[in-house]
Amino acid sequence: MTVTLDFIAVLIDWPFLLKGLAMTAALTAVSAIVGVAVGVACAWARAYGSLPLRSVVASYVELIRNTPFIVQLFFIFFGLPGLGVRLTPELASFLAMVINLGAYATEIVRAGVENTPRGQIEAAQSLALSRSQVFLRVVLPPSLQRVWPALVSQIIIVMLGSAVCGQIATQELSYYANLIQSRNFRAFEAYIVATFIYLGFAIFLRHLLNWIGPRFIFGAAPRRV
Amino acid sequence: MVEFSLWDILRNLLLALRWTVVLSLIAFIGGGLVGLALLLARIAKLPGAERGVGGYVQLFQGTPLLMQLFLAYFGLALFGFKVSAWAAASLALTLYTSAFLSEIWRGCVNAIPRGQWEASASLALSFTEQLRHIILPQAMRIAIAPTVGFLVQVIKGTALASVIGFIELTKAGTMITNATFRPFTVYACVALLYFTLCFPISAWSHSLERKLRRER
Repeated sequence: MTVTLDFIAVLIDWPFLLKGLAMTAALTAVSAIVGVAVGVACAWARAYGSLPLRSVVASYVELIRNTPFIVQLFFIFFGLPGLGVRLTPELASFLAMVINLGAYATEIVRAGVENTPRGQIEAAQSLALSRSQVFLRVVLPPSLQRVWPALVSQIIIVMLGSAVCGQIATQELSYYANLIQSRNFRAFEAYIVATFIYLGFAIFLRHLLNWIGPRFIFGAAPRRV
Repeated sequence: MVEFSLWDILRNLLLALRWTVVLSLIAFIGGGLVGLALLLARIAKLPGAERGVGGYVQLFQGTPLLMQLFLAYFGLALFGFKVSAWAAASLALTLYTSAFLSEIWRGCVNAIPRGQWEASASLALSFTEQLRHIILPQAMRIAIAPTVGFLVQVIKGTALASVIGFIELTKAGTMITNATFRPFTVYACVALLYFTLCFPISAWSHSLERKLRRER
């Protein structure tokens, strides 16, 4: 038998692919920023918080890390309306991605925070910096620098995971790939094209974050003090 | 109108849980074998293996598992195979697992000091003997904790097989929701079952890691 592949039929719908990629990128950008912020806050809570707070954060982290993203997404989108919380697909996707990334980022950032040499904290305290100043100015920047590669990988994993959000009709890349194949019945080609767009975007995102990190996240902060 | 008790929901989910376990085992064992072959090709420095396997790993780590599942599902059909959700899910998850495991294990082999290779070579051991008696036993000790940890990723990965119609825990949850109209309860139970499956494995992996660190 002969297998004919027709990629033109898929590529002709490039506006869809572009719109999907834009949505994926937007979801990733917003959830990366908020998710890492959640991770930093929870890492602080786990390292310095009171005992009840620490155990709440620990349960959150373990609960999220030991359940699949798709179940978290379905729980938020299909389950929460039972409690009267009705979300749009985009908002549910965003929320699920933030909660998911937040849990992983907590563990990653915590590893960095815990490896801070005691002498640095003592030095900062002896300079009469407040507790929040010590954390934000002295402990956090080098911690983020230490764990930045792991954090970048996790953000990329969450970006790739966002393909699942198409299942609740969030109009991101995999949703449009599905739409295209339902119009022209070129399922294999449509998913090949989408897969390679994801691959390209993952590589781009890694370069972008490796570029951003030292310049804006942890590079500039200590010098300003 | 049939009423569904919590026990009815839980019982049916438990029945579906075994397919999650079976699929995880297929992917983990199959992926382990393929991953081992890829790893050996790489450390034996077969021509083209470094770039080939590197590209393979990049391809599977840089694309969504969901897309890989779709490609296996529609791709196999395109080449004339009669595909069941079983075949497609097993194939995609095996390849996905093999890419990750071969990369994890490569890191473990690379962590063995060069001197070990050189010392065993100077004892006139052949390449396979070096690998079998000197390198792999040491690499395996480091590899156990991350490998067990990755098993959790595989179990969570099987949840995506629900999208191509493989009836495992997540798909069963969706089907039961459609019958009972109680998505909150059902998805909470589904999440809880995944948690009871994954958490002990995570905890085991962490304890192995701690033990290894103490021994150093």
